[in-house]
Amino acid sequence: MATIPADHEGFDAHGHDAHDHKPSFFARWFMSTNHKDIGTLYLIFAIFAGVVGGAVSGIMRAELAHPGIQYLGHVAAFLGEKNPSFDQQLHLWNVLITAHGLIMVFFMVMPALIGGFGNWFVPIMIGAPDMAFPRMNNISFWLTFVGFCSLMMSAFVPGGVGNGAGTGWTVYAPLSTNGSPGPAVDFAIFSLHLAGAGSILGAINFITTIFNMRAPGMTLHKMPLFVWSVLVTAFLLLLALPVLAAAITMLITDRNFGTTFFDPAGGGDPILYQHLFWFFGHPEVYIMILPGFGIISQIISTFSKKPVFGYLGMAYAMVAIGVVGFVVWAHHMYVTGLDVDTKMYFTAATMVIAVPTGIKIFSWIATMWGGSIEFKSPMVWAIGFIFLFTIGGVTGVVLSNGGIDDNLHGTYYVVAHFHYVLSLGAVTSLFAGFYYWFPKMSGRWHSEFLSNLQFAFFFVGVNLLFFPMHFLGLQGMPRRYPDYAPAFEHWNTLATDGYMIMSVSIVIFFINIAYAFTFGRKAEANCWGEGATTLEWTLSSPPPFHQFETLPVIDTAAAH
Amino acid sequence: MRIAEISRAVTKALFAVGLAAGMVLAPSLSLAQTAAPAAATVAAPAPAASPAPVASTAAADAYVPMRPTPGKGQPIPGAIGFQDQYSPIGKEALRMHDALLMPIITVVSLLVLFLLIYVVGRFNRRANPVASKTSHNTVIEVVWTLLPVLILVVIAVPSIRLLAHQYKAPPKGALTVKVTGYQWYWGYTYPDNGGFEVISNILPPGEATKHGEQEQLAVDNRMVVPAGEDIRLQTTGSDVIHSFSVPSLWFKLDAVPGRINEKVLHIDEPGVYYGQCTELCGVRHGYMPIVVEALPRPKFEAWVKAQGGTVGAPASATPKTAAAAPAKTGA
Repeated sequence: MATIPADHEGFDAHGHDAHDHKPSFFARWFMSTNHKDIGTLYLIFAIFAGVVGGAVSGIMRAELAHPGIQYLGHVAAFLGEKNPSFDQQLHLWNVLITAHGLIMVFFMVMPALIGGFGNWFVPIMIGAPDMAFPRMNNISFWLTFVGFCSLMMSAFVPGGVGNGAGTGWTVYAPLSTNGSPGPAVDFAIFSLHLAGAGSILGAINFITTIFNMRAPGMTLHKMPLFVWSVLVTAFLLLLALPVLAAAITMLITDRNFGTTFFDPAGGGDPILYQHLFWFFGHPEVYIMILPGFGIISQIISTFSKKPVFGYLGMAYAMVAIGVVGFVVWAHHMYVTGLDVDTKMYFTAATMVIAVPTGIKIFSWIATMWGGSIEFKSPMVWAIGFIFLFTIGGVTGVVLSNGGIDDNLHGTYYVVAHFHYVLSLGAVTSLFAGFYYWFPKMSGRWHSEFLSNLQFAFFFVGVNLLFFPMHFLGLQGMPRRYPDYAPAFEHWNTLATDGYMIMSVSIVIFFINIAYAFTFGRKAEANCWGEGATTLEWTLSSPPPFHQFETLPVIDTAAAH
Repeated sequence: MRIAEISRAVTKALFAVGLAAGMVLAPSLSLAQTAAPAAATVAAPAPAASPAPVASTAAADAYVPMRPTPGKGQPIPGAIGFQDQYSPIGKEALRMHDALLMPIITVVSLLVLFLLIYVVGRFNRRANPVASKTSHNTVIEVVWTLLPVLILVVIAVPSIRLLAHQYKAPPKGALTVKVTGYQWYWGYTYPDNGGFEVISNILPPGEATKHGEQEQLAVDNRMVVPAGEDIRLQTTGSDVIHSFSVPSLWFKLDAVPGRINEKVLHIDEPGVYYGQCTELCGVRHGYMPIVVEALPRPKFEAWVKAQGGTVGAPASATPKTAAAAPAKTGA
């Protein structure tokens, strides 16, 4: 508490009218120490980054609609390359796939789920006045923001044949070391350093907050599942990101200071980089989906008007996913020449993850079972999530088999799989959480109709976009290709049609936000009714600038 | 309107598969119909600044690149499954995928979908105005934990067996082919046959269709290997990581600088099998296809000689005297 003594005591002295004492605009948004304001900043930032990353994928889908190179030249010219050569156009392709991956992972999904919803609702849900380290919270956000700027800058400095880093989001050595002269890759790596440091600080903040600032009576086993999910995620971040930082620091020194960690010519090993990267990278995919699990649990429980079925099983399933998630990384490396025993181990260990994931799916359905379900906008998204995530999950079981992966590795089947769990899973949970908490955060109602319309377009669009990719992958179409054999055209054209339908849903999303802020009616404190039992619904909408100046006492007999 | 297109594509695919099956019965027929110009003389075109391989001006009856069989060893428009498999390991893996994994994941997905539809219909606010407060049921929680475990065990057993089969060591005397990934072309070295290297570049746009091949998939010089025997395939990268992948042979192995990866490749029958680099390797990653041509042993040996190579003992044949040859030769 030492970080905010003056403000805190000052407001306490003023009693409950204190929430009127907001800082001036600049101080409030640029020097913010308020978890709700920082959460809002994260959400706005994530939406902006999501539009950039989505636009990048739009260029990719347009290019892939038909064989041949159609648009890359124009895009390269637009980005300032005069008369781009064929190789420069192809380099731009690699820049696009790299940017899409990095933006969506580090600057859209993570900031939205953890920085946005985590900041907004973890303190409120545990009955805390704010995060444990409000100023560290602020620097977490601005590190992420500056990291994004660094990534954007990398697109305008040389990275080999053309501008930008064309290494893929995995930044594999030696393509990222000897294979990419110019400062672009350094900018991209530095961007990961900054975003990673921001996330580590954020993780420390969440762990401290959740362990030390729970209201009286709020035991660990009474915490809402969203708080559990952020707690597990924070531990994953804290343990995984330093490994990434180490790996990419070694890349930097290999690139610029003559070390040879990953260069066989100096006794290094390119595969070592992959081990380090995926030791981070696999927990990272759970970092992106676990908070989504938490959001879905809250929503399903709220609109079924029932407590979550098997609460402890749900909480410890997430812990199990987090723990097992650290010992399965080499399933991303089945074709690098792993030893057969290693491959067998990673096959078996990876399959184990299906068990806690299955517990979650079945528990959500069991929560709805016997409920009195209201199909409000967040619930529609949440039910969509369960089905889409299941499809992504079962194709994960297929890929976990090292022997099967020998054909599917590096193909569109993998692209389809991880977009079903991320683009259709994590992003669906983001929209679900957004509509669930939007009236609470803004104090205004969005349009239920527009949300449902958006869901319809989104559901049809993303399925048309990503389901055919399974077929492409089974037929052997490799990832990260700007051009392909004519046999692959059919499903690629369909996928591009799906993208266009999906993009309509994003337009509807923005219309809905605009509607809410102009015509939306005022939201009451508990806008979702009897099923909404967590602490945020006891506060006004939007909550006061400082909540819980008198700590709430949790009824020890109450359900979670 | 999409449905019509899809069904048309599936019909096309089925037709192509049938055609391929027909061709399989008469491989010699497909060999005979070769009309492509002899490409025995080799020049590495466009992007690669590589040394041209040992050029050959062999007799007229020498090697002529085989014309691919439609639908065999290459992707089929609109198809929704794996390519047909032409290696024992591919057949085993395909069986496991089609007969075990696909049914299981389909049933699980449909079960979840059915349960969702059921609860949505049965437990909505109108049908069930008062929610129950049930939040625990130990029996069902144990069941839905153990049932997936059992399903995974059922999957794991054949999966581990498949892995073990994939790691069968090559027999003594197996032919060795060393595949080197370059930015952005492939080199195929035959250390048992005099060590010549074949440099394989993508054909320029428009060339492939002239030879009855698909654009983006055809190369000037193929990796030629004997059919029906185990081949020791080694991969390495000369600059960055590439990945040697041929979907219809269920073969994928990274080509990593500073390492030699090794795996057995066994092609059941003669034919042309297409693949592409599957590890991002820079600008022309999408422009370094792989074409493997499997020939009967005598034709393979003729090809080796045409490349200026020597033919030693094939697998399980009389021992070769030269001690310089790696331990692979000789019985």
